[in-house]
Amino acid sequence: MAKKSEAAKVVTANRLGDGLVVFLGQEGVWVEDIGKAEIAHANGDADALLQQGLNAEKANHVVEPYLIDVGDDEAAVTPLHIRERIRTLGPSVRLDLGKQAGEHLF
Amino acid sequence: MYRYDEFDINFVNARVDQFRDQISRRLNGDLTEEQFKPLRLMNGLYLQLHAYMLRVAIPYGTLSSRQMRQLAFIAERFDKDYGHFTTRQNIQFNWPKLEDMADILTHLADVEMHAIQTSGNCIRNVTADHWAGVAADEVEDPRPYAELLRQWSSVHPEFTFLPRKFKIAVTGAPNDRAAVAFHDIGLKVKENEDGEAGFEVLAGGGMGRTPVVGVTIRDWLRKKDLLAYVEAIMRVYNLHGRRDNKYKARIKILVMDLGADEFRRQVDEEFAKIDAPEVLLPEEEIQRISAYFAPPDCEKLDDNDSTLDGHLKENTAFRLWHDTNIATHKIPGYAIVNISLKPIGGIPGDANSAQMRIVAELAERYNHDEIRVNYEQNLVLPYVRKSDLFQVWQELVDAELATDNLGLVTDIICCPGLDYCALATARSIPIAQEISNHFSDAGKQREIGDLKIKISGCINACGHHHAGHIGILGLEKRGQEYYQITLGGSGDENAAIGAIVGPGFSYAEVVPAVDKIVDTYMDLREEGETFLEAYRRVGAAPFKEALYAAH
Repeated sequence: MAKKSEAAKVVTANRLGDGLVVFLGQEGVWVEDIGKAEIAHANGDADALLQQGLNAEKANHVVEPYLIDVGDDEAAVTPLHIRERIRTLGPSVRLDLGKQAGEHLF
Repeated sequence: MYRYDEFDINFVNARVDQFRDQISRRLNGDLTEEQFKPLRLMNGLYLQLHAYMLRVAIPYGTLSSRQMRQLAFIAERFDKDYGHFTTRQNIQFNWPKLEDMADILTHLADVEMHAIQTSGNCIRNVTADHWAGVAADEVEDPRPYAELLRQWSSVHPEFTFLPRKFKIAVTGAPNDRAAVAFHDIGLKVKENEDGEAGFEVLAGGGMGRTPVVGVTIRDWLRKKDLLAYVEAIMRVYNLHGRRDNKYKARIKILVMDLGADEFRRQVDEEFAKIDAPEVLLPEEEIQRISAYFAPPDCEKLDDNDSTLDGHLKENTAFRLWHDTNIATHKIPGYAIVNISLKPIGGIPGDANSAQMRIVAELAERYNHDEIRVNYEQNLVLPYVRKSDLFQVWQELVDAELATDNLGLVTDIICCPGLDYCALATARSIPIAQEISNHFSDAGKQREIGDLKIKISGCINACGHHHAGHIGILGLEKRGQEYYQITLGGSGDENAAIGAIVGPGFSYAEVVPAVDKIVDTYMDLREEGETFLEAYRRVGAAPFKEALYAAH
C-alpha cells in the first residue's frame, strides 16, 4: 500500500495540575504556546516525540498525550483539524477565553 | 426544600475528605491517570477539551439562594466567572484546576451540594418537572419521590457498577415537562380509578445513538412499592444489560431485545421476590420527606391584581415578557416566573456570577428563597406574587435576564459541543447563536409560535436533538463539520423521535435550511396550528421539497 504523505506533527496533552492544554517543546519542556512546540516532520521523529510524551505521562506531568497534525508554514503552527484548533485557541464562542489572542480562525 | 440531616452531612464530608486524599495522591504521583480516572469520574470530574470540567448535581433542579450564591462564588473564585446549566438539571464549571478541586467540593458541601453520581455507570442525578409543586395541572409534587430515589440510589452498593449510566426522571403532572419517556426509567404520578395517587412507570427510553421512547411497564404502582419496583427493574437490567458492548449497554437495548412484555414479566418476577416492599419505603418515610417540600406560607390573594393589569397595559416590553415567560400558578395571586438563559445571540444555559447572584437575590426577596433549574437550560422563580412581577421584571432587565422567548424559536437547547466537549464532533453553540440572531425579531418569533430547536454536537445527544421539533445533530465528514436535521421530535407527553429530513448540511448551510423549514411551516399551517401539529398533519414531504428540490 502506498504510504500517505505525512503531515508535520506535534505532541499535545493536558497538564495534570490545572488541566490546561500544553504542547511538548524542546528538551522535553511542556509549553502552552503551540508556536514553541517541537515539530516532527518524519514518522520516526513523531514516534520518538510521542514516546517522550508518554514518558512525561508516566512521570505524572501531563495526561493523555497524543500526536496531532499541524500545518507548519512560515507564519504559524496551526493544527489541521478543527478540534485541535479549538483546543489550541479556546472556545470559538468565547474569544475572551483560552489561549486565543482575539483572532477568529474559522 | 430538602435539608441535609446529620447522616447526609457526614456522608458528603467524608466523600470530600476521601477525594482530597485521592487528588493529593494523584498530584504526587502515587496514583496513575488510569487508576485515578474512575475515582474522579465518581466525583463528577471530567477532563474535557480545554481543561477539567466539574459537573455539580442540582437534585430535581431545586436550589436555595444560598446555594446559588455559592455557585456564583465558585464560578468567580475557581473558574472563569460563569457556569453552564445543563440539560440534566446540573451545572458545569469548565475551567477548574485539579489542585483546587477538593476546596471546591468543600465549598459545595458547605451548602449541601456535591458532584457525586454526576458521571459513571451509576444512577445519575434524578430530575423532575421544574414547575413541581406549583404547576396548575399537577396531581402531586414529584420531588419527594425524586429525593427518596436520590437517597436510595446514592452509593447503593448493588447499583454502583451498572452496565452503563442510568437516568431517572419524575413528573407529577399529565403535561410532561421532564421528558420522562426519554429516560431509563420515567415516573409519572397519576391517580387510579379510586382517586389514589401512584405511579405510571416507563422504562427503556433514551436518546444517544439509539433513540427510543420508553414504554409503560406498569400502568399504576402503589407509592409504597416505588423503591422495591425500581429495584426490581435495576436487578433485571444489572443482570442482563449488555456489558460486552458499550453501545448496547443501556437498558433501552435490553427492553427492545426482550420486548416490553417479557421485560415486564421479568421485572414482575423480581418484584415478587422482594419481601414486604413497604419495608424499603414505609409510609412514615414518605411523609417525613414530603414535609420538606411543603409549600411555603403563601398569602391568600385575589387572583387578579390591578397594579399588574395597569403595568401590562402601559408597558409593551413587560407585556411581551409576561405573555411568554409567566406560567399559571396553582395558588391564586401567584405566578411562575421563567428566566430565559437564552439571550439573543447568547450561549444557551450560561450564566455569569453576577447573574447568579441577582437570581439568588430575587429569589430571596420575592420568591421564598427557592430557585429551579430546568432541563431546557432556563431558571424558574416558582412563587412570585403577581403584584411583584413588574419589579422582578425590571431587575431582570437590568441583569440582562429578561429575554422574552420562552418556548419560542430562540429558546434553543444546546450542548457545549466542540467548543468545550472532548466527545463532540462538531460545534453546536455557534449554530444556536446564529439561529437566535436570525430569528431575533420579537414579532417574528411570536408569529412563528411554539417551536423547539434542539442541537447536539455529537451522536450522544446531550442537546436532545431527537426530541426537537427541529433537531440538529453536528457530525464530522472528511474533517469538516456537517449537520443532520431531524423534524417532528417531541419530549412531552406525546414523545416522539424526530426523523432525518434528508442529506446533511455544511456549517454555513444550517441557518438557511432552518429558515426554509420555518418558512415552509408558516406557508402551510392552518389557523392556530403549531409547527409540531402541522408537521404531524403534512409529514416531511413539503419540507424535503423546500430543502432539496432546488439542489
